[in-house]
Formats: sequence, structure tokens, C-alpha cells
Amino acid sequence: MIFKVEDVTVYFPYDNIYPEQYSYMVELKRALDAKGHCLLEMPTGTGKTIALLSLITSYALSKPLNSVKLIYCTRTVHEMEKTLAELKLLHNYQTLHLGPAAKILAIGLSSRKNLCVNSMVLAAENRDSVDAACRKRTASWVRALAAENPNVETCDFFENYEKAASEALLPPGVYTLQDLRAFGKQKGWCPYFLARHMVQFANVVVYSYQYLLDPKVAGIISKEMQKESVVVFDEAHNIDNVCIEALSVSVRRQTLEGATRNLNRINQEIERFKTTDAGRLRAEYARLVEGLALRGNLPIADAWLSNPALPDDILKEAVPGNIRRAEHFVHVLHRLVLYLRGRLDTDNVEKEGPVNFVASINAHAGIDQKTLKFCYDRLHSLMMTLEITDTDDFLHIQTICDFATLVGTYTRGFSIIIEPFDERMPHIPDPVLQLSCHDASLAIKPVFDRFQSVVITSGTLSPIDLYPRLLNFHPVVSRSFKISLTRDCICPMVLTRGSDQLPVSTKFDMRSDPGVARNYGKLLVEMVSIVPDGIVCFFVSYSYMDEIIATWNDSGILKEIMQHKLVFIETQDVVETTLALDNYRKACDCGRGAVFFSVARGKVAEGIDFDRHYGRLVIMFGVPFQYTLSKILLARLEYLRDTFQIKEGDFLTFDALRQAAQCVGRVIRSKADYGMMIFADKRYSRHDKRSKLPGWILSHLRDAHLNLSTDMALHIAREFLRKMAQPYDKSGSSGRKTLLSQEDLEKMSNDGSINEMLY
Amino acid sequence: MVTLTFFFIDYDLNEQKLMFMPDNRNSSTKLAVEFKSIQGGFFFHFFFFKEFGHKYTKEGSNKPPLINLSNTQGGSYIFEFDNYSDLHVCRDFVSKVLEKSKDTSSVASEKTVVTLPDEQLSAAEMQLRIKLLQEDCELQKLHQQFVGGNILTEAEFWAARKKLLDKDSSRKSNQRVGFKSVMISDIRPLTDGRTNKVTFSLTPEIILQIFAEKPAVHRAFLNLVPKKMTEMEFWTKYCRAEYLNRTKNVHAAAAEAAEDEELALFLKEDDILATEVRKKIRRVDPTLDMEADEGDDYMHLPDHGIFRDGSKELNESQHDIYRRTLLQDLNRHAAVVLEGRTVDVEMEDNTRAVAEALARSKQGKEGADGNENEERLNRVSRSTTLEDLQPPHSLPLAPLSIKDARDYFDSQQGNTLKTSRDPSGKMESLGSLSTQEAYGSIRDAISEMKSMGVSDPIINPEVALKVFNGLTHSISSIKYNHGKNPRESVLDRLPTETKEKLLQHWTCIQELLKHFWSSYPITTPYLYAKVSRLKDAMSNIYRQLEEMKASLRSDLRHQVSLLVRPMQQALDAAIQHHDADLQKRSAKSSGERPNGYV
Repeated sequence: MIFKVEDVTVYFPYDNIYPEQYSYMVELKRALDAKGHCLLEMPTGTGKTIALLSLITSYALSKPLNSVKLIYCTRTVHEMEKTLAELKLLHNYQTLHLGPAAKILAIGLSSRKNLCVNSMVLAAENRDSVDAACRKRTASWVRALAAENPNVETCDFFENYEKAASEALLPPGVYTLQDLRAFGKQKGWCPYFLARHMVQFANVVVYSYQYLLDPKVAGIISKEMQKESVVVFDEAHNIDNVCIEALSVSVRRQTLEGATRNLNRINQEIERFKTTDAGRLRAEYARLVEGLALRGNLPIADAWLSNPALPDDILKEAVPGNIRRAEHFVHVLHRLVLYLRGRLDTDNVEKEGPVNFVASINAHAGIDQKTLKFCYDRLHSLMMTLEITDTDDFLHIQTICDFATLVGTYTRGFSIIIEPFDERMPHIPDPVLQLSCHDASLAIKPVFDRFQSVVITSGTLSPIDLYPRLLNFHPVVSRSFKISLTRDCICPMVLTRGSDQLPVSTKFDMRSDPGVARNYGKLLVEMVSIVPDGIVCFFVSYSYMDEIIATWNDSGILKEIMQHKLVFIETQDVVETTLALDNYRKACDCGRGAVFFSVARGKVAEGIDFDRHYGRLVIMFGVPFQYTLSKILLARLEYLRDTFQIKEGDFLTFDALRQAAQCVGRVIRSKADYGMMIFADKRYSRHDKRSKLPGWILSHLRDAHLNLSTDMALHIAREFLRKMAQPYDKSGSSGRKTLLSQEDLEKMSNDGSINEMLY
Repeated sequence: MVTLTFFFIDYDLNEQKLMFMPDNRNSSTKLAVEFKSIQGGFFFHFFFFKEFGHKYTKEGSNKPPLINLSNTQGGSYIFEFDNYSDLHVCRDFVSKVLEKSKDTSSVASEKTVVTLPDEQLSAAEMQLRIKLLQEDCELQKLHQQFVGGNILTEAEFWAARKKLLDKDSSRKSNQRVGFKSVMISDIRPLTDGRTNKVTFSLTPEIILQIFAEKPAVHRAFLNLVPKKMTEMEFWTKYCRAEYLNRTKNVHAAAAEAAEDEELALFLKEDDILATEVRKKIRRVDPTLDMEADEGDDYMHLPDHGIFRDGSKELNESQHDIYRRTLLQDLNRHAAVVLEGRTVDVEMEDNTRAVAEALARSKQGKEGADGNENEERLNRVSRSTTLEDLQPPHSLPLAPLSIKDARDYFDSQQGNTLKTSRDPSGKMESLGSLSTQEAYGSIRDAISEMKSMGVSDPIINPEVALKVFNGLTHSISSIKYNHGKNPRESVLDRLPTETKEKLLQHWTCIQELLKHFWSSYPITTPYLYAKVSRLKDAMSNIYRQLEEMKASLRSDLRHQVSLLVRPMQQALDAAIQHHDADLQKRSAKSSGERPNGYV
């Protein structure tokens, strides 16, 4: 359908539109007009992504003079694929109606591991080895060597891409990672470098959060994005955690050992160069004296992860004299490693601010703050000079330099915490030194400053006023939309008691109670026998899930569950989890039905949808609080209280409930879908907890469903499923319309009632 | 037919036989009819003739007490008794035995039938029939009633159920039973409590599942048995490994594995599985490929990000390879179940054969991978669209194909006329008015409205409600009675006994009618005999229905008669047809064959 949102003609690839999608577009358009940032919460299952994409692309089409670029950030690669698939649909529709004028270039960008087509490189196991294997074939000095010596292995795809030079372009269209690979294979060009190159020409770029938020990656990938771009963070409810992690580093014993090995290797290389090619080292020294940390423009293939500090905070001055010479720098690093090792040897938990820590380094190791700050760039330069390609082996020393640079750069918003062991397993000594960032606004600040409009959106951003405080920005639009349901297709319930009427909870003192585990098990056993297709269960942590499944296995509950449905489980191994999910979907597709056990805050809860028959019921066992005794968490809470006046308890509850809402929100995808949500913990019945759930769940949580036992929940579930099986009128018969056609919209905009409809 | 005259002497309950003595007492021959032979396949059908059209009975004016015991091979024994009391004793006994034999084993009654002279059955078919009867008690009841009651022969009974026989046999060969969802390979050790001995039990079924779930064990079996160790040793080692795993003693497992390389095979991570996994992950649906995320995750470079905060988990990394978790096992098990069974375990009772068959089926599967990519992409694009925003899909409809249009519309017209008899009647009466008159009446009405105004409300609500209620009374009452609880029907309100009886009659009638109508037109004397048998049975049931109706309480009688009516109508139609046919026949045959030959 084609309609107008104020002065913009919107092309929307469906025949109907939900009213809240329309309202969402209106608000988004106002934010774009105002060239400001916005914060939009819209429930899952209302087609947020397509509304966003179609408004922004239509907006760009309506203003052909100053082309608006869309940078769409997803949390995961599979969300990237989904977004691109939706964009493809939209693009087809737009070109159908507007002809070639609507043609755009949209690409997904990922790492070498997901884009490489060279089978030799792909044979490497993880991302870092793939990166290193690629560098081994494409680094400028390797290629120079290969020109003389035909035995040196290079990558044909990269060579062809280089040969094609400026000819190497992607024709307009929408390219998923799969499409990019196929195109690269067909042309014989390297898809990774092609995509990297095309990013500056593309109208839409879809990539991971970290490509924008993590300075290490953003520095090389997102450097040249225009200011006029619109940046979208989808599913952004966890954005503060991503920001914090982007600036945190931890150092363990293994890191230090590895770093020592790396330094020895570097020493050998230096010696080798001294005898064979001393000129190189001298040239580097001369360059550093001139004040250039890195030599001009690096060839694209040489680029390495860039400085971990934020671009504004990197000093644009000459590298200090004491680390200009390679061997001096290695010495400094040796001293640093030694110092850190000394600090790790502690029996008590220590907490320090960066200023004190730097002072202590200066006192004990004789390394001043400025030297620390330049560590990363100096290392980078040295590795280039030494022509080291197996970068995956040098991750440890890189970590040390990251740490040094960050600790030298920032004086507030960070703390250094040294723990001799994990409190949860005090018998295993595993000292760790963590530089942890507490301030989420640090990492995202450059993004807000650089780009004209930043859109932060998700299904769960409640309470919506907290995010501007956490991220320290001022949105021009901050709205939370309700869902207009044709029928009550979601059924949230709070289960407080088990089948024996005793309370259930994962509270610390009740967690190990066998009665609770039994009650949880009985609940699931009953539910698997009445709910068709897929059921998803979320536990508060891996260890709790492990424990409870073992209990169920011993008591035969697992066997009973398996009589009705197959059981799949999320483990800490991503590959296994991915396959388990794939099989879970197969089992739901073929009608056998399955249960998926997963973990709140886990990877599955983050990004996998359990829509339609893949999830008719989701059970949240317990309240997914963080481990509150964690030193890092305590430090962060303290910081939040002092800086933003956010109370500890409020933040913890907010954090737990957003995770819970996130978990249960995965069952519904459109209004034609339906699903039940069970919050199985007595604490959910308390108002202070419950009220932190997003409004669209709360509005469907009836008072009668607030304090249920297993048998009552069972009854409600049966009734609900029976009701949902009936045919219904999609457009919503009584009262408000829940589905608008083009005529509806035209009529409403003519008589002005469109503004009343807005939510 | 052997016809001898015997006297009933005695019966022996324990030995289950009847003893008969010949009439002339000096003869020493005795006849023993053994019921035991039932089991051996030599069984008697008993039925009793009170009035027996035999030449012996004809002579005496008062009917002598006779009993005819016929066996299914075509022979029959006819016994005469001194007095009726003897006959009753014998008859009661025989009927008791008959009942008992039917109850205890349908197999027995089955065997009888199989030995019918006109039908040669293979053992497999016999087995199948027996199985069918055992599985379906309804069928068994019918069989007992009709075949046992000699209304239908065995062949006739089954002829109407050819499909059942066919389908069943074909299904058996085609469909394979999958693995059970429950983990059976989760072999639980049995401890006897007193000693430290732990017992594991393995069956071929379990072994197959172990092989399917743990390819490394499978490979080890193929490699080691019987070259290096016996099967017994192999499984002992395996169980030892399982036991170590179960005790979750990682250190003990590691220590033992270091000493014994074969044991280590079972304890270590499955390398075949690992390569398989790597292959599979490439074909996984991209919308849930979490492995690809790792490629973009620069925060979790080793030691980057927050290592130990409250939301992260911890894992012990020591002896990782010896730590196979329950969770992994569960995932693996479910995946294998989903893949389905590739080998029939029933055929292979030898473990070695099972192992080899599995290896063969795996090799076959290797080659068969193809355009999955296409399908995968299709799936993604299908799942991205929002269904309810799209225009409704046109469902695949079969177009109405009318061969003879006139025929079709004529029949439709008939229907509409019938259903709307009232309005059509009105139409006719209107039609009889002239246009002028109609116009006049409308004008009158309008002028009346003009002068008086339209009454407000136009129709008195009370009257409207009354009319409405009157019109919809029947609908609402039905709704009230039937709609309230979808599970409750008229039948449920009857006493269970009556209900059962009704249902049983209904199935009987169906069976009889099926046979009855299928035997027309009557072309052979055999069919004639069959039809008359059926007719007798039908009139019998008819009478029973009447009796049942009469015996009921008055409040139920109406309900039941409503239910019974269609049955009776069906029976009536059949009996009528039978009588008409008979008349036609007798009229015809009287001309041609005066001696009443049918």
C-alpha cells in the first residue's frame, strides 16, 4: 500500500497496516525531520522492523537531494539476515511501483569468517584464525613477496578484486551475507573486501552493534560514515550492557603467560630484523619521531583492530620518546606484565580507580600515564613493521596493550577490580584483574555526536525514561506504543504455587528446595500434555538449569516430559545450541512437538524468535536477577547511584524484569499469532516487581491471573487454547480497528480522525 | 453326515467332554465328544433345534427331544434324549462351554472358522484375522454374534472387510516404528544393595540406539569386535565408561582413561560427532545461526569484555574432554529420534549385523545432499512476511464441474422450492392479484401513514419479541438442550445399559444391512439362503428393538424411539424389499419351476 505520512509518501509492502505501525512511522518521521535522536518502544509482534525500514527508505526517496543513509544495527548475524530479507521484500515492492529510481544498494556486513569464500581460509576454526589466515595471504608485504616468489600463497579472490580495482562494484540491490558470498564466488572477487569497500556507497548498511559501538572495530569500519546517516539500534534493550562491555578488559594468568610468550617472539623478530633489515626499524623510529603513530593510509587488507579508546580521546601527538625504539617498548611491556602479575597474586579482593592504579604503576614499574596511553598504537605500529601476519597468536599482548591504553586514557567511569577467585567457586583459584566500565554513555557518545539521528527501539524499553539517563542523551521523541489486539492472543499468567499449593520461587533460600524443583517439573509435565507444538522454558542461569534438569532426570520427570515432546537444550557451546534449535524447529514443523530449555540472558533469549508454532507457551522459571554479589555489579550500582541517582534495587529489578520480558516476548510475532506466558515465581505477584514489565504485557495480565497454582494455570491454558483455535475476524470487528487498509487510511486522513487514532 | 442315535449319559466338567451311549445298550461303543479338542482346532458349532425337520422326528407325533451337534467340517451329530429334562441339562452345559470358550480365547473361535471347507487360508491370513479380532472388541462382538450365530459365514463376514485385511498387511510392511522419545539408551544400572556389583542390561534395541547416538562407539565396535575383544568385553567396557560418566567423577574418569585406551574411546568426546556437527552447521537456517554471531563479536576476544560479572556464567575447564554432560546427551538423543530409524532392529538380532546395517545406511545418506540451499532461502523468506497484513490467500479450491447443467439446476430448484415453501405460497397468492389491486393497497397504506404518521416505534417491541420467540423457539430449545455442553448428547442422558444396547444394535443392523444389500440381485441359491438367514436375523433385531422400547420408562421412551426410528426404517426398507423380491420370484418361478426350486 502507498500512503502519505505528512509530506512523505510511504511505500509499504503489504496490503494492510496495523494502526500502531502507522503511529510509529509518524513519530519516527517527526524525529527525522527534527534531526534528533529518538527512543521508541513498540511491542514485539507488531512489525517494527518493516515499519522502520519502509519509513526510512521512503523518507530517503522523498528527499533525493540530500541522500539519507541508513545504518541499521542488529545484535546478531541472524537478525541481520532477517532484516535484510524484509528489506528485500520492501525493495521489490518499491521498484515495482517507482521503477529503477527506487533502486538502492543495501548490504549486510560481517567479519571475514562469515563472508570469506576461500576454502583454505575457511578451514580455520574461529574468527581470529580466519582473520589471521586471510592476512597471511593478503597483507601488502606478503603480496609483494609473492610477486617475486611464486611459491608464496596468496588468495585468488583478493587478487582478482584488486585487479578489478575501481571496477569492482556491486550493482544496486539487497545483499544478504549469502548473496554477497554467491556474488563474490561468481565474479571471483573477495566478498569481504568488496563489502567493506561498498559500505561507503551503500544506501543501507546492516551490521552488528559492535561495528559502531566498539571503538576497536568502529575505528576501521565505520570511520567514513556520513553525518546525515540515520542510525538504528534494533532490539536495543540491552544496549547499555553492550556499551559497557565494549570498553572493558580483563586480564587473567593465561593472558599474562601468553603475553610473555608474545613478547619473547617479538624480541626474536626484532633481532632478526636487526641483522637482515635494520633499515625498517630505523624507518619506523624516524616516523615515530615525526609524530605519526601509523604510516598514512594502510592498504585495506593490512588494517587491524584499531585503538580501544574512543576516537575523541585518542591523543593526536607524537609517541613518547621512551617507547619509540622497538626494544625499549618491549621492555616497557615486560615491566607492565610483571607488575600485573604481581597484582594478580593477591588473597583479597581489591578495588581501585584508574587514577590510583596508574599512579601505582608509575611508582612500581616506572611507566607513566602517557606511555600507557600510547601502548596500543605503538604495538600496532611495531607489528606492522615486523610484518607479523599470524595476529591470532598475538591476542594476549594485544589485550595487555588494550588494557594499558584504556587505563591510561580514562579517569572516571571505570574501576579496576582484582578478584583471587570467583565467589561462587571459592575452591578454584582463578585470579582475574578486570578493568570494567560502568558508564554506558561513554561508548555511545561518539555515535550520538556524529550522527544526525539515532533511533533506539525495542519491544521492551520500560521504563522508558531510564534509558536517556543511562545513555546520557536527549531524545526529541520518546514514545511507548501499545498493542492493539484483535483478540486476546497473548495470555500472561503469574504462577505462585505448585500443584501442592506450596510457593515456588528461585529466590536464593528456596532455590535448592527439592519441592520447588518438583513443582516446576510437574508444571511442565502438565503443560506438555496440553499445549501443542513448541514450548520454551527459560531458567535464571546455566547452573540452575543444569541442576534442575539433573533433578528431573533422577526423579523421572524428564522421562514423563519426553513421552509427550522431544527435549532440546541450550548449552554454552554455540554450535551445539544452534543445531539443537534447528532440530527443535524441525520437530515443531513435523508435528512431533518439542520443548526447548534455555537461559535468560543467554544467546537464545537474546535473539531467537519462537513465533507461531515454534512457541505456543513460554515458561519463565524464576526471576532472572543478576548475581548480586558480583563485585563488578556492585561497583556499577555504586556508580549509577552516585552519578545518575538510580537506586540499586530499582536497577536490579529493572534489569531482571527486562530480561524476563525479553524472554517471554519472543513467542509472538504478529497479531495472527498467539501464545501463553507463564511467570513461575511468587515474586512476580508483588507489585513492585510486576509493574516493571512492559505495558503491553501488563495490560493483558488480568487480576485473576496474578496468583495461580498449577491446576488453575492448566485450566486457563486449556480454555485459552480452545479459544484461540476458533476463527476470527482479522480486521477487528468491534470498536477500534486493528488492521487498516489503504482506504481506511485515506478516509481517516481526510476527516482528520487519524490523529485520534494515534496511540 | 453321520446319523446315529445315542443317548446322553454323562458329562464331565473337568475333562470337558460329553459322553453318549448308543441306544441299544448291548453295544459297547461310546461316543465321547471332547471339548478339549477345541484348542486343537476341532471344534463344534452347537445349535439347538427344538423343532427339527428330520425324518426321525416326523414319525412321532409328539416331538422327541433331539439335539444336533454339528461340527464345522460339515459333519453333525444328532442326539436324541429320553426326556426333555435330559436335553435341558445337556443343552445348558453345552451352551456354558460354548460361552466359556468364546470368552477365554477368541483364538479358539477363530480357528473354527478357518477350517471352513470352502476356504483355504494361509497361516498368515489366519493370524491376521485373529489379531484383528483381538485388537478390536467391537469387531469381535459382531463376529461372535453373526458367525457364531451362523447368520453369516466366516468368508462372508471377512469379505465385507477386505480393506481392513489389505490395509493392515500393507501398513505393517511399509511403516517403520521410530525411536521412542524417551531415552532408553539411558541404561540405568541396577544395584542389588548388598554388594558393590552394578548390573546393566542391554537389548538389541538399546544397542542400536547407542550406535545411532554415539558414532564413536559404533566405529569402535566395528573395529574392535571380534578382532581385539569379544562382544561381552566390549560392552563391559562400555558400561564401565557409562558408569564413570554417571558418577560424574571427572578425575576418576580421566585417570582410568589414561590407563586404558579402549576405555578412553568411550569417555572422550566423540570426534565423528564433532565433524558431523561441523558439516551440519553449514546447512543450518541462517535466521538462527548463532555460530555466525561469533564472527562479529569483537567484545569477547579472549579476555575482552567483562569476564566475571553477575550475568556471566562460569565453567570449570579442567578435564574438559572427559566431561560429557547430560544436556549434550539429551540434545543428541532428540536429534537422533528426529532423524528417524534407518535400520529395522527386529530383523537383526545379532549386534554385529545391527552395526553393519547402520554403517551401510549411513553411507547411503552421505551422497544424498542437494539443493537444500534453495529450500533454506525459501523458508527464510516465508517466515519474514507478516501473514495477516497480506491479502487473504486464495485457498486451493476444486472448481465445481457440472456435467449436465439442466439436471443440476433442476435438482437445485427442487431444493429451494422445498425449503421455502411458505414464501413461495405467498408469491402465488400475490400473483393472483392484479397489478392494479396491488398498487391500490400500497397507496392505501401510504396515505394511511401520511395521515397518522408512522407509529414510534414502528412495531410494538413486546409483540416483536413474542413473534421472535415464537419463530425461534425450536432453534433456541435445541440449542438449550444440545449446545450447552458439546460433549453431552442425547445418548448420554440414557441409562448406560440402554445406551450400550442401542449402540450394539446399531452396529449389528449396519452389518446385517451391508450384507443384505450386497447380496442383491439374488442369482444363486447360496445367496438366497443367505438373504433368508439375514432376514430372520433382522426381524429378530426388530423385535428386540420393540421390546427395548416397551421396557423403558415413559420419559425416556420418546427419546429412544427417536433414535430407534431410523434403524427401524432401514430395516423396514430391507424387509419390504425382500418380500417384494420374494413375491416377484415366486410369481416367476411358479410358471417355470412348479416344484418350488429357488
